[in-house]
Amino acid sequence: MPLSASEPYDLAVIGAGSAGLAGAVAAAELGLSVALLDTAVHTGGQFYRTPAPVMGAVRPEALHHDWSPYADLRRRLARSDVRHLPGHHVWSVTKDVDGEGTGEGAGEGAGPADGPWAVHAVTGADGGGERPVRLRARTVLLATGAYERQLPFPGWTLPGVVGAGGAQAMLKSGLVLPGRRVVVAGSGPLLLAVASSLAAAGARVPAVVEASGYLRYARHPRALVANPHKAAEALVHGAALLWHRVRVRLRSAVTEVHGTDRVEAVTVTRVDRDWRPVRGTGRRIECDALAVGHGLVPQIELATALGCTTRPLPDGTTALALDGLQETSVHGLWAAGETGGVGGAQLARAEGELAGIAAAARVLDRPAHGGRVRELQRRRDRMRAFAGAMAAAHAPGPGWSGWLTDDTDVCRCEEVTAGQVREAIEDLGARDARTVKLLTRAGMGWCQGRMCGPAVACLAARGRAAEPLVERRPFAVPVPLSALAALDDPAMPRPDDQGETPSEPGAAPGGDG
Amino acid sequence: MLTRNSADVIVVGAGVIGAACAYYAARSGLRVTVLDRGPVAGGTTGAGEGNLLVSDKEPGPELELALLSTALWRELAEELPPEIEYEPKGGLVVASDEAGMAALRDFAAGQRTAGVTADEVTGDRLHDLEPHLTSGLAGGFHYPQDAQVMPALAAAHLLRAGGDRIRLRLGEEVTGLLTGAAGEIRGVRTATGELHAPYVVNAAGSWSGDLARLAGVELPVRPRRGFVLVTEPLPRVVRHKVYAADYVADVANGSAALQSSAVVEGTAAGPVLIGASRERVGYDRTLSVEVLRRLAAQATALFPVLAGVRAMRTYVGFRPYLPDHLPAVGPDPRVPGLLHACGHEGAGIGLAPATGLAVARSLTDGEPPLDLTPFRPERFPSAAT
Ligand SMILES: Cc1cc2nc3c(=O)[nH]c(=O)nc-3n(C[C@H](O)[C@H](O)[C@H](O)COP(=O)(O)OP(=O)(O)OC[C@H]3O[C@@H](n4cnc5c(N)ncnc54)[C@H](O)[C@@H]3O)c2cc1C
Ligand SMILES: Cc1cc2nc3c(=O)[nH]c(=O)nc-3n(C[C@H](O)[C@H](O)[C@H](O)COP(=O)(O)OP(=O)(O)OC[C@H]3O[C@@H](n4cnc5c(N)ncnc54)[C@H](O)[C@@H]3O)c2cc1C
Repeated sequence: MPLSASEPYDLAVIGAGSAGLAGAVAAAELGLSVALLDTAVHTGGQFYRTPAPVMGAVRPEALHHDWSPYADLRRRLARSDVRHLPGHHVWSVTKDVDGEGTGEGAGEGAGPADGPWAVHAVTGADGGGERPVRLRARTVLLATGAYERQLPFPGWTLPGVVGAGGAQAMLKSGLVLPGRRVVVAGSGPLLLAVASSLAAAGARVPAVVEASGYLRYARHPRALVANPHKAAEALVHGAALLWHRVRVRLRSAVTEVHGTDRVEAVTVTRVDRDWRPVRGTGRRIECDALAVGHGLVPQIELATALGCTTRPLPDGTTALALDGLQETSVHGLWAAGETGGVGGAQLARAEGELAGIAAAARVLDRPAHGGRVRELQRRRDRMRAFAGAMAAAHAPGPGWSGWLTDDTDVCRCEEVTAGQVREAIEDLGARDARTVKLLTRAGMGWCQGRMCGPAVACLAARGRAAEPLVERRPFAVPVPLSALAALDDPAMPRPDDQGETPSEPGAAPGGDG
Repeated sequence: MLTRNSADVIVVGAGVIGAACAYYAARSGLRVTVLDRGPVAGGTTGAGEGNLLVSDKEPGPELELALLSTALWRELAEELPPEIEYEPKGGLVVASDEAGMAALRDFAAGQRTAGVTADEVTGDRLHDLEPHLTSGLAGGFHYPQDAQVMPALAAAHLLRAGGDRIRLRLGEEVTGLLTGAAGEIRGVRTATGELHAPYVVNAAGSWSGDLARLAGVELPVRPRRGFVLVTEPLPRVVRHKVYAADYVADVANGSAALQSSAVVEGTAAGPVLIGASRERVGYDRTLSVEVLRRLAAQATALFPVLAGVRAMRTYVGFRPYLPDHLPAVGPDPRVPGLLHACGHEGAGIGLAPATGLAVARSLTDGEPPLDLTPFRPERFPSAAT
């Protein structure tokens, strides 16, 4: 392979969770030069959390089931030539129009040419460390995972209300408990995992409150039978919950949080199959924290900004549409893990490896087939089917908005209430999350609608099926203006070229006039 | 089938232009149906900025339209709720050197004869107006008539202020125009049926050319892309609309090449908006890193304090433009009953009230509020594509 300063990486992997790690390692073992970028300091993503050393946790594996596949990937990463770039917040991926940089010369209607990709990142603790980085790559694997979906309810902004996944993550990486009596609520398989971790770490969990009925899984017995590890996982959690005497309340929801300065209690109400609260069934449960989550939302803005095709999932979220080898609708851009639909760490690993093999095949100009590919595809299809069944079972019912009072904040960044959202829809002509945002500012704040977007989309749908929320969020993370202004600085050289002055002119200013 | 007219006029497009047409028509006593295939302000109106500028316009028909609009916006600010975020904050155009200053001086002299207020500000006084402006600039001009609104809210509240006389039908696309024996307008066809009215106003923004084609006439409206950068919310660091002198040249320049010069402005809600670029690339939404670089570089050159500030998002919109950079406003003599209100390019928010008033006057056979000849929709040779 020719190596020069302007030579792109064969593959840039964004996200070093289960999917990205598996993809990077697989591609590198097949001979590709790989850069692996992640916001976080450690690999492992949302599932495998390395505790900060000060916490003194010597055996993180004790808090994780299924640690050994990760340990194996880490070993292989260490042995490989993969360039791991921790602390890199990727804010955009663009087609790198060679030598010209502007992409403006293409003329009316012309799409971006096939060519190397430019991956734009900023470094620093929270994207505020502010060194802009740009690297080039022939192919890209997007493995940016998912974030937790929140649905608002009265009191959800009180201190002591935390995301269920966030609570789990805090526990795994920092061993901090959100409270001593923690109600776990929302919907999704994650709740059981969170409750058993909290209980194991010493918290009292007075109830797990799940809005759907698990019975719906029974509609997909084939998927369950084909996924024995999931059944085993459920058994493990079930046993743990039994052991800690945690009660699981199905078809119930936390409809209100009480407390002045922080959580003191919650009201748990039974809901019907549409998640409509059943009058007169509310009961108060004392607690000092509430861990709540309604499933996960694939984090796909880097891909949608490039025009990748998406597909709606049964739980109302949107994932990338992928082909049999994990490629998106945009040539040369692959995706794996939660970006293609939420399905767990094991599925993410299989998909990551598949994508890594496929990207290697493309770069090396070889077909991607063979026993390993077929086996990975079989595993993926099986686990995807199960993921689909779960998503359907935990889809928020249209009745959830019955919990909202007019003064409930829906967008906590901009303090937009449910009443204001309803007014925008009923009186001002908003019909989707985007126009609600324009007319109320819901979603314009710091989180850019990651928190309130799904809720606003549901409200805008007014009981119809919400239009799948395809986020146009061209910056995956906030970018300092100084970093944007410095974008014509040359691309980051590959490590083997360090010291040379890159010959590639970067983004030369295009001619005015 | 219903043959009775359900409205006096049908407005196609619920952007700011359609909203202003509907508002003034309703105020003249007409019953208006506004149709849009999407939500209110879902087109370019929801993807631009809300500068109401006279400062960037040279003497001529567009400036006349802008000056009339400026006065009308001031009235509207009294009638519409404060949610439209009308702010008569004024504009400040700066020049980095003496040559730029001389060009600005000439430009302002011409504008003054047309009724624009433009006050020269010497370099040492710029900081009185804008404390965070970079130092070393040669000077600038202050335009107290420049103002700002929040475009989507302005459109929504114009429609709402029309009360019962305005019927909004959202999510309905116009797929055909109905005409009578003499070729005169009878209404529109949508996916769900027919709607009858003797007048149809084409306020379909960048897509107005398509609507005109449904009526069998040519109107060469094209999209011109623009990106806007939005920062995290800040306390007031930018007080006026501030931009560098080369912006003026960009507006008048019809070249397809990228031109940009950042207009920097604070908003009532806190974020600073930096916009906007101008390119002709069809409806391509892909992020242009080079455009963002320029916007950021120009904004930080004007306001060094912005360097450490984060851009939260960027959005892209498509300005509807016509080859001579003037809008098409008024009746189309080729199709009786068809009126156009489109092609306002980068100034549609500013020009909306005067456009709406002119259209309403045409509909009621009233005196036009200004000479509409330069905006005649039929002024383009029919082989314009
Ligand atoms: C909050 C939370 C808690 C969870 N808890 C559990 C659990 O207890 N049990 C369970 O079975 N599953 C859990 N899951 C699901 C599990 O984490 C996933 O199934 C698995 O991690 C999927 O792997 P992935 O590689 O697709 O994504 P992730 O593991 O999420 O990895 C994505 C990686 O991409 C990085 N990234 C994202 N955007 C950017 C960007 N713009 N620039 C640079 N890097 C970026 C992230 O930092 C992250 O490291 C949880 C998920 C979440 C979101
Ligand atoms: C980046 C950027 C910055 C800008 N900054 C400013 C500024 O500071 N000041 C200013 O004055 N202007 C500015 N503009 C320009 C301004 O936004 C436009 O001129 C103005 O919004 C045009 O409004 P409109 O109502 O004509 O079009 P639109 O808002 O696009 O409305 C047209 C509507 O017609 C609908 N439609 C189209 N076809 C059909 C059909 N067949 N059936 C039903 N409905 C249909 C569309 O759905 C759309 O909602 C800017 C523009 C951009 C892109």
